[in-house]
Amino acid sequence: MKISAVSEDSVLITLADAISDTLPRRIARLCHRIEASSGDWLVDLVPSYTTLLVIYDPVRIDFRRVEAHLKSSLRKASETGADSASGDLSGQITHDIPVYYSPETGPDLEWIARNNSLSVDDVINYHSGGTYTVYAIGFAPGFGFMGQVDPTIAVPRKDTPRSRVPAGSVGIANRQTAVYPKASPGGWQLIGRSPVSLFDPVNLSLLNVGDLVRFHPITRQRFIELGGEL
Amino acid sequence: MSGLRVINPGVRSTIQDSGRRSYRKHGLAAGGALDIHAYNWANKLLDNPVNSACVEILLGGLEAEAETDMIIAVAGAAPRIRVNGNPADGWQTVQLHKGDTIAVDPARSGRITYLATPGGFDTATWFGSRSVVVREQIEGIEAIRKGDILSSADAIAEFKPRRVPVHFHGNYSDRLTLRLMPAAQHSLFHRDDLLKLTTSTYQVSNQSDRMGFRLEGPALEHVPPGIISEGIAMGSVQVPGDGKPIVLLNDCQTIGGYPKPGTIGALDAGRLAQRLPGQELEFCFVDVADIQNERVVFHRFFSETRWHTDGTNLIWL
Repeated sequence: MKISAVSEDSVLITLADAISDTLPRRIARLCHRIEASSGDWLVDLVPSYTTLLVIYDPVRIDFRRVEAHLKSSLRKASETGADSASGDLSGQITHDIPVYYSPETGPDLEWIARNNSLSVDDVINYHSGGTYTVYAIGFAPGFGFMGQVDPTIAVPRKDTPRSRVPAGSVGIANRQTAVYPKASPGGWQLIGRSPVSLFDPVNLSLLNVGDLVRFHPITRQRFIELGGEL
Repeated sequence: MSGLRVINPGVRSTIQDSGRRSYRKHGLAAGGALDIHAYNWANKLLDNPVNSACVEILLGGLEAEAETDMIIAVAGAAPRIRVNGNPADGWQTVQLHKGDTIAVDPARSGRITYLATPGGFDTATWFGSRSVVVREQIEGIEAIRKGDILSSADAIAEFKPRRVPVHFHGNYSDRLTLRLMPAAQHSLFHRDDLLKLTTSTYQVSNQSDRMGFRLEGPALEHVPPGIISEGIAMGSVQVPGDGKPIVLLNDCQTIGGYPKPGTIGALDAGRLAQRLPGQELEFCFVDVADIQNERVVFHRFFSETRWHTDGTNLIWL
């Protein structure tokens, strides 16, 4: 655990050197603790895989006092056990995201199957059989980086990103998976599409760091009934 | 509703205040005025609250008509504006009467001009801020378009003229030294590359926007590999595989995996944002405390001074 100044108005808390599935939940709890215990000097928090960026108002507080405050938050977290890897799981949110897996909505589905010597159904079963942890939100509003997918279906990003990936597209990049909240350029290998909205200006990001996600296959008809667009 | 009716938005004009707070965990950029020096002066000219929304005019070309008697203030790149075709200086308040047209011409040096109005422009609030981040393409959050009406939060028809003392005007043609706080992956960079970074001259590339400024110049040769993506502080200098630094600004992505030898402060980021392609700059390393002190004094100045009644000097409270 390390706290270091990154700029005149931010510090980075590094909790570990490697990605793990328990870390995002710990970071999410730390976010809540810092939000609850900080004054109006706290401007923003950016949780990511192994780190938490804390942005503050340098007019209200200086680096030394921020560091002291965060150290005390971290100490309390470890004393109460809220910091432990197993931790208490209260407030743990699991999202169940429907996906219409098909070549029609997942132009790379058949390629992944061929490349990894699987059937298309295998790819769908592996992807929808896992429970994924949200590691980070970024790239675009509501875009959640999740992992880990079964190594059997892991594939690298496309060499040349697509100039337009439709909203709701579900993709794989190495051992991570994600849903594109809106149409954008993108290089992830696409396997299907979800009718669920991942971001809107009122409800903000559906996913938060530390949440769990499961995907379940739906039919073309169900996809359309749920508002999905082909 | 009355205010300024936009005849021509110019190259790109957006509404900006001091940016969004507490939305970066949703993947939303912070946004906000790129050059806090000129932005704060535009608001200070009208005694506006510090977070008041201004028009951020990129390069110039904005033309608008006053639909009522109103007061505006201008600070930043434009050395002068035109009112009904007649030149008026920048860095001052400007009285407009109903039917007057104003035009902000492109500046010879500098990139951004702020246009303020009493109480700020009363535009829609998104994510706790009026700042517009065009890159995110969220419906309703858009750059200023022809025909838009920009109205003041406070209707003040008459105002005693004020002008910013000349020694506070931004100078955007000077050679710039960006003061870099060693941070993040500084220790992963090769000594030779850090030396190269602080002894070379870089130029502002034409691939520069509200997300970040790319720099042209000697490429670093032993760039550390990508890192596990982490939250990005504004002003971060990231170095991708090609070895050429990119300074990240207000509309940058929230997390990223390129290594960063350090971060520049918000005031230097504003100075950089005012530079045009081809302008030269260099880096030097400084301590974070020095930049923090400068930033604190900067904000104290704006909150703890008031205008002398002559409208040309400021007095500490």
